[in-house]
Amino acid sequence: MSRSSPLLTALAMFTMGFLYLPLLAVAFFSVNATKYGLVWRGFTLDWYVKLFHNEFILEAAWNTLVLAVVSTIVATVLGTLLAIAMNRFPWSRKTNTFLDLVLHLPVVIPDIIMAAALVVAFGLLRVISSAFEPGLFNMIISHITFQIAFVALVVRSRLVTLGQEIEEAARDLFATTPYLLWRVTLPLLLPGIVAGAMLAFTLSLDDFVISFFTAGPESVTLPLFIFAAVRRGVTPQIHALSTLVLLITVILVVGTERLTRKK
Amino acid sequence: MSPGMLWLMVFLVLPGLVLIVVSFASRGAYGELVWEFTIENYRRLSGFTLFGWTADYLVIVWRSVWVAFVTTGLSVVLSYPLCFFIAGRPERTRYLWLTMVIIPFWTNMVIRTYAWFLILAPELPFAKLAALIGFISPGTALYPSAFAVYLGMVSMFLPFVALPLYASVERLDWTLVEAAQDLYASRVRVFMQAILPQTLSGLSVGVILTFVPAMGMFVVPDLLGGAKYMLVGNLIQQQFGASRDWAFGAAISMGLMALTMLSLYIYRRRSKEVEYV
Repeated sequence: MSRSSPLLTALAMFTMGFLYLPLLAVAFFSVNATKYGLVWRGFTLDWYVKLFHNEFILEAAWNTLVLAVVSTIVATVLGTLLAIAMNRFPWSRKTNTFLDLVLHLPVVIPDIIMAAALVVAFGLLRVISSAFEPGLFNMIISHITFQIAFVALVVRSRLVTLGQEIEEAARDLFATTPYLLWRVTLPLLLPGIVAGAMLAFTLSLDDFVISFFTAGPESVTLPLFIFAAVRRGVTPQIHALSTLVLLITVILVVGTERLTRKK
Repeated sequence: MSPGMLWLMVFLVLPGLVLIVVSFASRGAYGELVWEFTIENYRRLSGFTLFGWTADYLVIVWRSVWVAFVTTGLSVVLSYPLCFFIAGRPERTRYLWLTMVIIPFWTNMVIRTYAWFLILAPELPFAKLAALIGFISPGTALYPSAFAVYLGMVSMFLPFVALPLYASVERLDWTLVEAAQDLYASRVRVFMQAILPQTLSGLSVGVILTFVPAMGMFVVPDLLGGAKYMLVGNLIQQQFGASRDWAFGAAISMGLMALTMLSLYIYRRRSKEVEYV
């Protein structure tokens, strides 16, 4: 295999086309003037304008944002503390293996299993309190649950690369534990915490399966809205909405790339 | 005890244990849980019904494993040329190409799945061509079908293989490849003995990242396969949705969990063997 041959380029282009053709088709038909069918009837931005007058879509966008922001804040705090506790506290080997296993669970098991477990758990909790009716509250709890694991894993890998020397130096200089955490460990960890929070935020925005299982009628998010609309039959407005979501994804990905590459 | 661990105990470990218990419970007349413990759900999953044995559920389980297997295989086959292509670009454009693979990775899966509706629509050349060779009847779409499920699955999981694989390809020691070529190794042999062992670490991560979630995938078969090509994910969703049979849904989830554990176990054994080589 040579480093670059026409065959290699052709195969790579085929794969790229395979990834992008469907997405480009969505963008293409989002500016098509016809309401039914896939025949080109001229350029229009009407579907985008209608989007911003559709109260269901605006509400779904709001729900998606509230869910992502609230769950990310909670998960970042809890995940960071968990990473520090796991890495800096002398657990026994057995406990450590167990903690490690629990932390990897949301990463490795298919999300539908986690969704099923949460549905059953909320179903039983409903007997105790009506707060656990399907809805935004349950969704926030569910998102936090998988986000904690991702945040903790990212922050922990940063902790491991940092090593303990600086903290030990601070200890030698009589730093108290709160001072050490607040003025030494956390500032050093900040890039890891930001990376973990961004990962958690994107995962929440992107999530479909767990939201689908835990959502109620009042807490539709954008992915859920698109799914329901697609099952009824796709409309150009859905293409426009999907294209916007796609653009936001591109901005987030490119932005994250820029941020992480500078460091 | 850190509050984060407490959270994971309450909302992850405990629900997981409850799910195991529920998988032995029964369904009441109105879809409520009845705490009478039986192994009926597992018997049902393995095909025993009131009217004798059927393979219906086992077929769906087997199909999920098969679809995950084919999806992983096709993604690997497509990822190798892509990764070599990107690694061969000059540094400036390399990151651009890599970003092009990362973007679909983060794009919402519902959007990426339904996007195939457009490509496979009856008005477009692909469906017309398929009708011409007699694959489908004229004027119909290429979905829902098994073919559409495979298209959707491979496009969904390809970045999951390509990104970890690329990390290995980028660090590839080309002198070994050139040495093999100088010694007149065939193309197949160059790949098997000079390239594959060097990229195995990235490849195995990609394979496990694809195979496990592919087995439990529910959006792609739901939208692109319909009733024609159900997978285990759809079966689980059905129990928690329309059928309201949580106990049976829990039992199927346990079946999927067993398959997940089995794949992870094989993966860990394989990756240990790799370390020794």
